[in-house]
Amino acid sequence: MNSKVSDRIATGVFVLLASIIVLLLVSLFGYILVRGVPHISLDFLTTESSTVSAGGGIRDQLFNSFYVLFITMLITVPLGVCGGIYMAEYAKPGKLTNFIRSCIEMLASLPSIVVGMFGLLIFVNTFDWGYSIIGGALALTIFNIPTMVRVTEDSIRSVPGELKEASLALGITHWHTIKTVILPSAFPGILTGAILAAGRVFGEAAALLFTVGLSTPRLDYGNWNPFSEDSPLNLMRPAETLSVHIWATNTNGIIPDIDAVSAGASAILILSVLLFNLIARWLGSVIHKKYTASK
Amino acid sequence: MSRSITLEIPEQKSEEVKENNKATDIVLDIKDLSVYYGENQAVKHASFPVYKNQVTALIGPSGCGKSTFLRTINRMNDLIPIAHNKGEIVYENAVNLLSDEVDIIALRKEIGMVFQKPNPFPKSVYNNIAHALRFYGITKKKELNRIVEESLKKAVLWDEVKDRLHESALALSGGQQQRLCIARTLAMEPNLLLLDEPASALDPVSNAKIEELILHLKEDYSIVIVTHNMQQASRISDKTAFFLNGNVVEYDDTKNIFTNPSKKETEDYISGRFG
Amino acid sequence: MKDEQTITAVQQRLLKSRQGKAKKNEFTGRFIVTVAAIIMIVATISITIFLATKGLQSFLVSGVSPIEFLTSTDWNPTADENPSFGAFPFIFGTLAVTFLSALIAGPIGIGGAIFMSEIAPSWGKKVLQPVIELLVGIPSVVYGFIGLTVLVPFMRNTFSGAQTGFSLLSGVIVLSVMILPTITSIATDAMISLPSNLRQGSYALGATRWQTIKKVLIPAAIPSLLTAIVLGMARAFGEALAVQMVIGNVRAIPDSILEPAATLTTIITLNMGHTTYGSVENNTLWSMGLVLLILSFIFILIIRYLSSRRKL
Repeated sequence: MNSKVSDRIATGVFVLLASIIVLLLVSLFGYILVRGVPHISLDFLTTESSTVSAGGGIRDQLFNSFYVLFITMLITVPLGVCGGIYMAEYAKPGKLTNFIRSCIEMLASLPSIVVGMFGLLIFVNTFDWGYSIIGGALALTIFNIPTMVRVTEDSIRSVPGELKEASLALGITHWHTIKTVILPSAFPGILTGAILAAGRVFGEAAALLFTVGLSTPRLDYGNWNPFSEDSPLNLMRPAETLSVHIWATNTNGIIPDIDAVSAGASAILILSVLLFNLIARWLGSVIHKKYTASK
Repeated sequence: MSRSITLEIPEQKSEEVKENNKATDIVLDIKDLSVYYGENQAVKHASFPVYKNQVTALIGPSGCGKSTFLRTINRMNDLIPIAHNKGEIVYENAVNLLSDEVDIIALRKEIGMVFQKPNPFPKSVYNNIAHALRFYGITKKKELNRIVEESLKKAVLWDEVKDRLHESALALSGGQQQRLCIARTLAMEPNLLLLDEPASALDPVSNAKIEELILHLKEDYSIVIVTHNMQQASRISDKTAFFLNGNVVEYDDTKNIFTNPSKKETEDYISGRFG
Repeated sequence: MKDEQTITAVQQRLLKSRQGKAKKNEFTGRFIVTVAAIIMIVATISITIFLATKGLQSFLVSGVSPIEFLTSTDWNPTADENPSFGAFPFIFGTLAVTFLSALIAGPIGIGGAIFMSEIAPSWGKKVLQPVIELLVGIPSVVYGFIGLTVLVPFMRNTFSGAQTGFSLLSGVIVLSVMILPTITSIATDAMISLPSNLRQGSYALGATRWQTIKKVLIPAAIPSLLTAIVLGMARAFGEALAVQMVIGNVRAIPDSILEPAATLTTIITLNMGHTTYGSVENNTLWSMGLVLLILSFIFILIIRYLSSRRKL
């Protein structure tokens, strides 16, 4: 075969493969949105889910998803940022640092179901918390922390070394330099990474099955005392999230409108993830512009 | 035990005495200094003094160890894990700067450094100077304003930026940024200034301004400057040390180095035969 | 003028005599971030220890034979007499979906990567990059749901061998889509980071683009491309819910890829909730978790090996 002909064929194949990827995304998104969006209504978002009859909504699941996400990020962000600072600024090359790297790598490659099992073993059974939001959030923290550490470390490393030197050369301590010079410069990157990580946490289900459980107690949305039993803010209550709900209704649900509820909930999930992506990109570029603005 | 020298000098030659006195007051006494990066020796047995209120220029081809030398003085080289050193740098006849007992934070406050590439913080002009002051507990608005103005005036930048103190420092021109970096260092009231090719990244006009500024600063500070530019070294410095492959080949009055070098390598370098 | 007084003054300024504010500030900061690092170490170690201890209980306490567990194909933990605990079908299922999905997603992902780096570096990346990021973002239950409502009926109606549509192949296809973005993005990074003089050298010799890709670029990037595939596999073997929703979850080794199967993760997902904590059956689920943990160790080792080769 002529080498020019084979070059054309190869190019064609690569274009084809790339189109497959694009087509996949378009059809997946298209399918979910076309099937799901018609089911989304104010009613769907604000009524309780039903376990037996049709017409149930996803109010509690939606709230739970955001609440679990919020608590998770509340723990993960400070921990991950501090871990990232340690890795980028304080870790000296050597055995200890290699070991910490291995630990992070290990946490990152744990299957999320295994993280869920650990949560079940420790938080649910050993600590005897039962299924709880805090247990789920801690499990998700394990799942999320490697990402936060990596994002922080990368963002800090991309801060020009001259800035750090400038501050240190003025006789400012390393830590104060990190706080007032390095972190502000790394902030856009950390923020973008955190929002993208939030999107991943929002859709996660396997780590939550055994930690926050498959049910939600009756909630009183007028009660905002986090220590009260029926308060939505209660950290010790079980809380089925949106993605767990999709799995549960499809796996052992008996409601007649499984497909409708799942499609609607999936559309909400996808739209949220899309939103997280857009916000991350937008915020990232806005802050970056503001930061480098030479006005 | 008095180290005073002035007493021994007859009074009638007061003008000359003053000169002499300046020339013999040593800020830094470098004694057999060697700096290593791992196995690689970047500075080899350097020994020479740096005098008070003088400009000491370090010249030599790139990679000859002069920047390493400069960064060893204020211990910026501590940031490089594989760097280690031997020898002494005695400061003000009192403290060996390389000793473990030295408080690096205090040392860097006292010995300011300005880098080759202007590196202002991505903050306002004002906060570039106030940043370190606040760390040192100066938080009163009035006090801050005073020091900011004073340091900007010392760096001959005040007139150019007094109306844009609260705009981003990144909006200044390269030369202004470099003078801001100098102002920022002066605000710490240092005793000795280390300048690492401060004008090499700038246009000729800014370059000239920086040179003028250095000559002006000499009255209040002692200055060690690394430079590639031999004309610059000859214009602004009192003493010159010529570095080659980590060795201090020659150290002398700048005049002598440029008119009558005693070593062949020095002559080759300043006449442009290599480097 | 120098006298002892000024010398002492200089010494007082520069020597570490006092417990200064600066020192305290630095200590606090260093302390906080070190604690964060220690927490990560503690988490990793405790996960390993707790899961290992719990996972070994079925062998040490319940008396299940580890050899039976790993090699027997007979899984019947609830039988009244002689319950059997052969988890091999699930280990097989896990390995099967992992390798088969890598076989599908690997070429497509690497093809996409080459498209982005060699064929259309300017706009190709602009289009494909966000596409890939969005694909990563789709939650796995959504993949499972689409598999369940689209892929499974499609399988049922298309292939006569697939009676229910729930099959190993369905699981493989869902996983392929899920790991595709991982493979594509890492492979793209690998291709882009190739030194450009490789390309120039090859083109200068008159090679066509395809010859350059095949003879020069791919061989140069092969360890990184393999890393991309292995990372994809590492994601595939641990995926639980999406696979569980389409694979059928039976306890036998399938005769063909059109028959239903099960993996370690799907069995854990299904049974963890309704077995009694501490029972033999429940313990064997923890042993499966331990197998997953060991598998992820193995994947880390493979990735390390590959990246050490990359440096050569």
